[in-house]
Amino acid sequence: MSVSVRIPTILRSYTGGTAVVTGAPGTVRELIAGLDADYPGIARRLLDDTGQLRRFVNVYVGEEDIRLADGLDTPVPAGGQVSVIPAVAGG
Amino acid sequence: MSSTLTNQASSPTAPAARTAAGSPDATPSRFGFATHLACRECGHTRALGSTHACDQCFGPLEVAYDLPPLTRARIERGPLSMWRYASLLPVPPDVASRPNLDPGWTRLIRADQLAQVLGMRELWIKDERGNPTHSFKDRVVGVALAAALELGFKVLACPSTGNLANAVAAAAARAGIRSVVLIPADLEPQKVIGSAVYGGSLVAVKGSYDDVNRLASELADEREDWAFVNVNVRPYYAEGSKTIGFEIAEQLGWRLPEQIVVPVASGAQLVKIDKAFRELIATGLADQAPYRVYGAQATGCSPVAAAFRAGHDVVQPVRPATIAKSLAIGNPADGPYVLDVVRRTGGSVADVDDGELVAAIKLLASTEGVFAETAGGVTLAVLQKLLKEGQIDPDARTVIVNSGDGLKTPDAVTTAIEGISAIPPTLAAFAERVQGLAVGAAGKAG
Repeated sequence: MSVSVRIPTILRSYTGGTAVVTGAPGTVRELIAGLDADYPGIARRLLDDTGQLRRFVNVYVGEEDIRLADGLDTPVPAGGQVSVIPAVAGG
Repeated sequence: MSSTLTNQASSPTAPAARTAAGSPDATPSRFGFATHLACRECGHTRALGSTHACDQCFGPLEVAYDLPPLTRARIERGPLSMWRYASLLPVPPDVASRPNLDPGWTRLIRADQLAQVLGMRELWIKDERGNPTHSFKDRVVGVALAAALELGFKVLACPSTGNLANAVAAAAARAGIRSVVLIPADLEPQKVIGSAVYGGSLVAVKGSYDDVNRLASELADEREDWAFVNVNVRPYYAEGSKTIGFEIAEQLGWRLPEQIVVPVASGAQLVKIDKAFRELIATGLADQAPYRVYGAQATGCSPVAAAFRAGHDVVQPVRPATIAKSLAIGNPADGPYVLDVVRRTGGSVADVDDGELVAAIKLLASTEGVFAETAGGVTLAVLQKLLKEGQIDPDARTVIVNSGDGLKTPDAVTTAIEGISAIPPTLAAFAERVQGLAVGAAGKAG
């Protein structure tokens, strides 16, 4: 069973305008690598030069902000839902 | 006069987004003297529009300007609202004549009695209760509304810890457009009522503010004609907080305070007050002078204070647990920039527990007649803490920001009415009750 990934508007140029794409279960790091294989260049928008999540990117696995879990090592179960959201909001 | 102002403050390698000041050829557009949006992280620029995050690095976009020459006299002739600074905001030149709530121009109160208690020489309170819905949020919504209408949005929306919901619902009603506000389900009843009364759609969400904020971010991607004021029009919205800084300086006789303590939720207010001070210096409206900016958080939600103490430039999110709900943002968008500002100016970020903030609310009320909401209590309590620690100079001109009204968060100070019992309506009973009470104690009890 695959994983669904919600893509924010500013990254939909990589997915041909598609808002929800599918990936493989594993860790968030592995999921992003898989997305980059399908949509080349998307990982560079999410990760900085050292491979860390950019500080203004929020990633949620289900309801959980991965920064409150295990970061890029947070597991993504089969059938899980992942959301990528710009952090620049609120307040 | 020609000078530039660097808005980008974080990444030393990123090209700076610049605002030109004093350009004689500057002409206003429907966004005033704003010229473009620039990413604070990487400097990437794009046209003024309804985007809030950089498509290169996800960094926040900020409004850049080509400002005309500005004079104190011209501003002083302007309306008695924040629109006297319209030239420094991304709004149409005629914004003051459009249906809006005319926010701002709130009192700057000289707090001599409080200063005496604290052992300070010169202390001022910027009292944001004076805004139309009793918090500073009317300022940011004022700018967001004007920009949203120019950008063609049909609905004004927001995720909110309460004050913003009040401001959005009221401003939308005044402008004759629909509002949709999303709030955490456990919000104070006063703030829920203060939104619902305006007739827009109010949606209570099971979860924390950060959960609500996430939902709003996802909705903003789906609802193309909805302006979520603090999401997809955030670059404009946030500029409204600059007017707190402009007013403080003008009310001090066009001087900057030497120290200022600002509550930190998302952090945008603190960052924009600093931007205001820098714009005043760049335009020559205020003289160059050093100032220190301090951030105030509640211990139960203090990710920025924790990052400051640890020497980090990234803020680790937390799950909030404080009665200061208007500051209960566990993942603050502008946290990194708060760290930049306080470190650059020689200030700091500190936190106080709920007991300290409640005591501060009572102290402010009993010394100056100002009933602050929990965020204001946090700010005063942090001032007290920093004074004790020797981080704040008691002899320097100091301003604290009271961002909202205690009448919206009365539950925080219910202990103030404990011990009050009724007497029979007789002179004898009154004399018995008052007898033995010190004058001060009688005043507090009554």
